[in-house]
Amino acid sequence: MTTRIVELRRGILKKNDELAAGLRQRFTSAGVLVLNLVSSPGTGKTAFLELTLRELRSRGAKAAALVGDLETDNDARRLAASGAPVRQINTHGICHLDAEMVTKHLDGWEGVPLAGLNYLFIENVGNLVCPSSYDLGERIRVALLSVTEGEDKPLKYPGLFNSSDAAVITKIDLAAPCGFDRELALKNINEIRPGIRIFETSAKTGAGMEEWLAYLAEQARYS
Amino acid sequence: MHELSIAASIVEAVTESASAYPGARVKEVRLRVGALASIVEDSLQFCWELASEDSPVSGAALVIHKLPVIVHCDACGVDSEIEGVQSFRCLQCGELAADLRQGRELEIESIELEEPDTGESQIGAPNPVEEQL
Repeated sequence: MTTRIVELRRGILKKNDELAAGLRQRFTSAGVLVLNLVSSPGTGKTAFLELTLRELRSRGAKAAALVGDLETDNDARRLAASGAPVRQINTHGICHLDAEMVTKHLDGWEGVPLAGLNYLFIENVGNLVCPSSYDLGERIRVALLSVTEGEDKPLKYPGLFNSSDAAVITKIDLAAPCGFDRELALKNINEIRPGIRIFETSAKTGAGMEEWLAYLAEQARYS
Repeated sequence: MHELSIAASIVEAVTESASAYPGARVKEVRLRVGALASIVEDSLQFCWELASEDSPVSGAALVIHKLPVIVHCDACGVDSEIEGVQSFRCLQCGELAADLRQGRELEIESIELEEPDTGESQIGAPNPVEEQL
């Protein structure tokens, strides 16, 4: 018997990365800004996105959403109430979205051509670990955390926060009753992802939405 | 818990690469995994056994080479190897450093094959695929 070492030097998720690169190219040539929203279950991604879609529509922007969950189309129905086109992706047990799922759901999406959109939001499956490894072709990855989750979330899940381009703190209307230490939360996010843009929002009161929408508009100009 | 998907991707990639060496058995698969890759080593080992069972790479050992985070400091230009993943600061000047140079790797570095002796040199291009009846 002889031993042979074969150098491979290839990414384990090469197939996903190649598909994601193809998606990114499609998004860029269609001129649509794509955001991947990631958080734990219960952070309030859907409520935040509902309000974002409604506000964008009222300003005349065209936005659509893909929403990932293990089961049910509850979130798609909630989001569709905003009037925006929404499509549910059910992963049936898989804890994250991948580029193949996104590709399939875009390809079969009748009447929603990418080129007609300004924004496409991809709401990932509620999970702070696994989605960080899977590129979906997005231009902006957004990590969300709510004031009820604790200020040390970024320290506990550095993989996600470090790979994100923006961070959104949700439910700030509950900050006082939760004893939320704002300064500490901001410091922790910044330790893990220095210089990241942070938005402090409430889907209930609308706080922080102006800054968030201004950021979206500014980013869309480069799409 | 995406280690099972990761393990399945490794099985697929290694099977594909090893198919260029007919008759060879995959003995070892060596990975490079960054500290920020969100991989739990024990869990990946466990899933590897499940995913590789009954596949052409069954029985191969998975060797995980962990890579620390390295950040580049814009303020002083120094690269720092960070201990852990809790703070991304330059070890030289203490400034926060956003420029990540290492830490997100999730790669198959190499595979070790065991091949039946053919009397030929094992260096260089793969053996030509022999016609099998």
